[in-house]
Amino acid sequence: MTDAIRSQPIPNAPSAPRRQRVVVIAGNPNTGKSTLFSGMTGTHVRIGNYPGITVERQRATLQLPDLTTAELVDSPGTYSLSARTRDEFIALEAIAGLPPLERPTVVLDVIDASQLTRNLYLTLQLIELDLPIVVALNMTDQAEANGRPVDAAKLEIALGVPVVPICARKNQGIDAVKSRLAAVLHDPARARPGWRWTPKDGPLLDDIAAIEPHVPEAWAGDSAPRRRALALWALLSLDDDDELKDVPQALRDAVRKRRALALGAGRDLDREVIEGRYHWIDSHEASFVKDHRVLKSITDRVDRVLLSPWIGFPFFLGLMAFLFESLFSWSEPLIGAIESTFTWIGDTLHGMLPSGLFADFVQDAVIGGVGAFMVFLPQILLLMLFLQVLEDSGYMARVAVIMDRLMRFLGLSGRAFVPMLSGYACAVPAILGTRNMERQRDRLLTIMVLPFMTCSARLPVYALLIATIWPSGDSPGTAGLLLVGMYLFGTVMALLAAWVLGRTLWRGVEVPLLIELPPYRLPHLKTIGRGLWSHVREFVTKAGSIILICSIAMWFLLHFPRSEHLSNMHEAELTAAQAQLDQPALEDSKRAELETSVATWLAARQAAESHNSVAGRLGRLIEPVIEPLGFDWRIGIGVIGAFAAREVFVSTMGVVYGTGADVDEETPALRERLADARWPDGRKVFTPLACLSLLVFFALACQCMSTLATVKRETRSWNLTVFMFVYMTAAAWIASFTIFQGGKLLGFE
Amino acid sequence: MLSLLDLEAGTEGKLTALGGDRGFQRRLMEMGLLPGTRVRVIRRNRIGGVIELEVRCCRVALRECDASALRVARS
Repeated sequence: MTDAIRSQPIPNAPSAPRRQRVVVIAGNPNTGKSTLFSGMTGTHVRIGNYPGITVERQRATLQLPDLTTAELVDSPGTYSLSARTRDEFIALEAIAGLPPLERPTVVLDVIDASQLTRNLYLTLQLIELDLPIVVALNMTDQAEANGRPVDAAKLEIALGVPVVPICARKNQGIDAVKSRLAAVLHDPARARPGWRWTPKDGPLLDDIAAIEPHVPEAWAGDSAPRRRALALWALLSLDDDDELKDVPQALRDAVRKRRALALGAGRDLDREVIEGRYHWIDSHEASFVKDHRVLKSITDRVDRVLLSPWIGFPFFLGLMAFLFESLFSWSEPLIGAIESTFTWIGDTLHGMLPSGLFADFVQDAVIGGVGAFMVFLPQILLLMLFLQVLEDSGYMARVAVIMDRLMRFLGLSGRAFVPMLSGYACAVPAILGTRNMERQRDRLLTIMVLPFMTCSARLPVYALLIATIWPSGDSPGTAGLLLVGMYLFGTVMALLAAWVLGRTLWRGVEVPLLIELPPYRLPHLKTIGRGLWSHVREFVTKAGSIILICSIAMWFLLHFPRSEHLSNMHEAELTAAQAQLDQPALEDSKRAELETSVATWLAARQAAESHNSVAGRLGRLIEPVIEPLGFDWRIGIGVIGAFAAREVFVSTMGVVYGTGADVDEETPALRERLADARWPDGRKVFTPLACLSLLVFFALACQCMSTLATVKRETRSWNLTVFMFVYMTAAAWIASFTIFQGGKLLGFE
Repeated sequence: MLSLLDLEAGTEGKLTALGGDRGFQRRLMEMGLLPGTRVRVIRRNRIGGVIELEVRCCRVALRECDASALRVARS
């Protein structure tokens, strides 16, 4: 389908005065919206098996068979348009097109044929909104296998809108969807059949009529059915403790009045409406669903094991331990290869350039800094792959169930654990993923503890420090275990923080848990592959931009101001030694002795230079604060840099420990250089205890600008943002202090 | 009148009344759990305190404490 691929929106040509036509994809969670989206456009969209993954709007230009184009836009998966939370309201805004979002020209409603009746509930709401609709009847193969095949033609007659049977995972029916879309885009009126379910004469019609005048003009436009639908929406959605912000007060007041009246008359408004819609569905079902046999599915057999009380939780823990352990052991060969490639590039370039400051700059700041970061690509990709497979297979929803008891004890619901789990990848999307939580209090609490989860930016730091403890790589098993331990530590700290904060600052009552367990599905490899590829691109872009800039900045901070006196330190001895080394007749023992002296002089010169540099002064400035944690001023430089983003620590260490290496020798890997670093009195800096203290510091400290920016945006509060930074960083300092000083007292080093 | 928790795993029943606060009831109904709907208990996880149901070909999980407010009739 290469002819249909166009991932960037076409800029509006001046010759096209017509408004861009917009097709919004809507549907329940787990119906394959994302798979269809990428099948129709060939762009990178993550597909997820738990609600709320499509928080960002995905867009792509759709090439239609009649040679016209339209804009295809994704929307969050939802069971219904009624809303109490902000995320549910976003679904309404996106699908109905409330300003400032554009009104869709057509809505492409993706429904799961194997779960037809529940999916049709949303379809009825969409039809009520008077939006032109094309239904993509997905997973027809699954419905067939379940013994309940759906007759698309009969469904089309019942609904009055085009229905196209498809199988998005097998790329079947995509062209048919496109041609039906093209037809409806050409003549939208034929896909607006009018309300299917209509309230009977009586009090409900009066309620709607009383609220209608208060529906904002901008919402309703010029459509009477749409105005009625939005009045009905308000009647079902608004109450005194909803968390919606952009609803006019007049509308609220009108709804409150009608609801009070209804309550007085003993009517259950929600039930009247929802039952009305389901009654329409149930009474028409026989016409389009052919059979009613129910077969035992694979999901059943798998869940009997994975959700059983005795196996479910241990299995989950075991799975996590296996995943994090294999992050370390499986990626080792690739890491070694990337490491030596960058060292080779650095050495080669250094050899080609005239020796001096510029050659050092290229080798250490540009190649060294970026290389130190690129090394972690394999581990991050593996992690992304694991999380994606868990999501797409349907296991994530089970995790919410398995973790519910524990999370409830901590004052949250099992649902909160799913964003926390995606926190293993990155806190930013995880924070956005909390939007689907029912209550503001649960959201805030989850956001506050989420950054403790070990995100992939910590992974490079952990990997470097763990490798420094065992520089020769002789005990990969123990190293892997320590990594698992760090993941466990972060998770436990997040849960502990939830427990404490949930009992002090954010008290609250439990909300009921209601979660769908989607059928297990084999992950769609093509979509996962595309997702991973976009991670690779993002990672490489980051290496070439932020990381490179930070690395260069650090290099300058570390090398300036220059001092003639320090640059020439040991110069006479070095020149003399070099002259002796150049003699071919030199004895081997003498040569080795000289080489050691040269290395020592160069290291001393480099130490004196970085000590004198701007970064060195900064590091020394904070040294009194971090010395009790076992960190010297050079680590201090790294810690300061890491407050921008954690992985900057690695490239900074690459720069700090990069200079002064003898260019004639092979530059040792960063982990080996760290293992050799010493305090002025000759003690090693990176002792196992200091490494552990540093690991704990990185596990807890809030060192990520993007996270803080996201927290600010999502909570709309500076106080909370500052609070998060302070409490996490204080916890980090205290924990590292306890570990380092306690460890010293116990006689560890 | 039975509570949903009185149904053993593997048995079916018909919902007769819902319970809980307005938001919860509305979410139940919108996911297709209405009075009159047939439900089947798939399994109970007493340690986790969770009950798993099949409703309209979908699987949903509820906490036992919330499910106890749902009334059913055996079918």
